[in-house]
Amino acid sequence: MESTESTKRYKFTIPQEEYITPGHSACPGCGEPLAMRYLLKALGPNTVINVPAGCCAVIPGVWPRYAVKVPFVDHAFECTAAVSSGIKAALEKKGMDDVTVVGWAGDGGTVDIGLQALSGAVDRDTDFLYVMYDNEAYMNTGIQCSGATPCGAWTTTTPGGKHIQQRRDKKKILDMMIANGIVYGATVSVAYPDDFIRTIQKAKGIKGPKFIHAYSPCPSGWRMDPRKAIEVSRLAVRTGAFPLYEFHNGKYSFTKEIKKRKPVEEYLRLQGRFKHLTPADVAEVQALVDREYEALVAKVGASGR
Amino acid sequence: MIEMMNANYAAARAAKLARVDVTAVYPITPQTSISEKLAEMVQKGEMDAKFMMMESEHSAMSALIGASYVGARTFTATSSHGLALMHEMLMWAVGARRPIVMPVAARTIGGPWNIWGEHHDVITERDTGWLQIFCENNQEVLDTVLMAYRVAEDPEVMLPIMVIEDGFILSHTVDIVDVPEQEKVDRYLPPFKPEYPVDVKNPMRHGGLMMPDWWTEFRYLIYQSQEVARTKLLEAEKEFEAIFGRSYGGMMEYYKCDDADAVLVVAGSAAGTAKEVADRYRAEGKKVGVAKLRVFRPFPAEEVRRLADMTTTIGVFDRSYTYGDGGAMFNEVRSALQSTGSVMKDYVGGLGGRDVTVKFIEWIFDDLLRIAEAGKADRTVEWVGLKDGTGRW
Ligand SMILES: Cc1ncc(C[n+]2csc(CCOP(=O)(O)OP(=O)(O)O)c2C)c(N)n1
Ligand code: SF4
Repeated sequence: MESTESTKRYKFTIPQEEYITPGHSACPGCGEPLAMRYLLKALGPNTVINVPAGCCAVIPGVWPRYAVKVPFVDHAFECTAAVSSGIKAALEKKGMDDVTVVGWAGDGGTVDIGLQALSGAVDRDTDFLYVMYDNEAYMNTGIQCSGATPCGAWTTTTPGGKHIQQRRDKKKILDMMIANGIVYGATVSVAYPDDFIRTIQKAKGIKGPKFIHAYSPCPSGWRMDPRKAIEVSRLAVRTGAFPLYEFHNGKYSFTKEIKKRKPVEEYLRLQGRFKHLTPADVAEVQALVDREYEALVAKVGASGR
Repeated sequence: MIEMMNANYAAARAAKLARVDVTAVYPITPQTSISEKLAEMVQKGEMDAKFMMMESEHSAMSALIGASYVGARTFTATSSHGLALMHEMLMWAVGARRPIVMPVAARTIGGPWNIWGEHHDVITERDTGWLQIFCENNQEVLDTVLMAYRVAEDPEVMLPIMVIEDGFILSHTVDIVDVPEQEKVDRYLPPFKPEYPVDVKNPMRHGGLMMPDWWTEFRYLIYQSQEVARTKLLEAEKEFEAIFGRSYGGMMEYYKCDDADAVLVVAGSAAGTAKEVADRYRAEGKKVGVAKLRVFRPFPAEEVRRLADMTTTIGVFDRSYTYGDGGAMFNEVRSALQSTGSVMKDYVGGLGGRDVTVKFIEWIFDDLLRIAEAGKADRTVEWVGLKDGTGRW
């Protein structure tokens, strides 16, 4: 970007190079192109991305148009991490060790159908960055419940907001990956670009399998005003519904500390997918968030920062 | 150098000779020892490849697609349920134009469980767009893997190839194999250099969303490449013969077919048995021949049609069954021969590891000779060797 009068006054802490061009086909207010934009600002041009089915396969454009300025490999739904392993192996064989391989997949493609391949890649110690952009449902097929859909959310397969099987919360994918043996794990949110970029840059410098859980608002699926996408994302962090933290060298730490959490209701009430929740339901969600958050605080405390 | 080895080891040796860059494996009987041999060769430093232990065949094929995109020569092997689990990625490999070479130790698919040989797994994948080559013996497996890379990586082909060896019959049977010298293989097989690799200096999207306005054209290009592959397969074999002195008859080998009263079309190891029976019958003055169906995809319709000039009566042996009107091989041979006036019959057998014995082939030839004499077949399809209570088998 050229410096103009107005930009000169600010000191940009994030790289100004753009790797996503105008012309992508995400819905207004979608968090995903933002997330990829931040990711690439952090990683730079020596990056190869591979993506499965999902909005990620649609957003970059329809052949022959393409809105991303790094190599991009599309493939089937459940194989993201396996394809990453293959790309990395071939790069290593060719001595190209300075290229970052990013497996980029939705929550459904990660916590459900792609979990086996992801677990396998971590087990194989693939030196790559796996980013799960979490819009908390199968959005590309029209808002179906995934293993990452939060408790109480409306989707087309949980029309009353209740899971038919049982009430339960999001699969704890980062915990699962930590148990699986990742060397670095972190949550990031498009509402906090500085933190997002810093986290990715840190991950880039670490060898081995790294897992990033990226909060990615979906106005279409969350039934909310696209203009509120960032506000909702910020509230998710401030209420503790989506805390920003990292796991490294066996230790947990907050990357964005929240001194005083806001009530989760503020977060829920901005989204149509939660509008059917009764005050009692909201209290239940609040209790769940509290429990999870306190468990995390305990882990951070035990890590002895 | 002459060595004794089974077809699995022959396949693994071929991968090494081909200087494969990346392998990804997952065990399944009767393919497993291919994967084990690769692991051993890589670990001992005899083979300079990246070796990936996968958590499923689906992931193995996925990983190779990724590696191949970067420009690596890639190799894996599978059988049966593993091949079926790969199905989605087999299709993807074709659409992505990845020249992956994969031996398949052909085997039954359950249930109930059965680990033994037949062709149903590979026949089920015939519409994926993979080229499929059936091998008769262990030497042919080794040689065909080398030829397969030549064809698959040809810029005008760029399609994956299955090299099919009969489960247990070849995969676990030791035979004499002439292992070519590395220097000769290097002369035959140049390194893989894709035209459009994944390259950070020249970023592109590979496999992105395509609308109906171009999809048909892309499928048409795959069809065209399959057609080009016919010539490329013949060229690859001719050059192979010039360097190594061996060849396998191209798409279809005609064994004593010229003046035959009846010919049996057969793929895989049973072709060897059939040839031997044909020799004996010829010695007795019975004029039978064997047409070895070596390349099943692309289907050698032209070569099959030539049979109509050599004989009146044509039998097809299917080691699988496509539920419907006869086995897949039979139906394809029949459609190639339509309007030639050939008398035809399908023989289904050798399923789930049941031996295809000399006696079995004799029964088919006798039946075919009867049909040749009568000028018409008694029925279209016969399951041979069924325990039908007649005491015949
Ligand atoms: C094997 C298989 N099953 C189902 C589908 C259909 N499908 C395509 S995209 C998609 C949803 C993807 O959801 P997610 O991974 O959460 O990404 P999002 O669409 O939310 O971006 C599904 C189910 C598929 N492509 N492949
Ligand atoms: S459906 Fe949701 S995730 Fe998909 S492009 Fe639209 S806003 Fe983004």
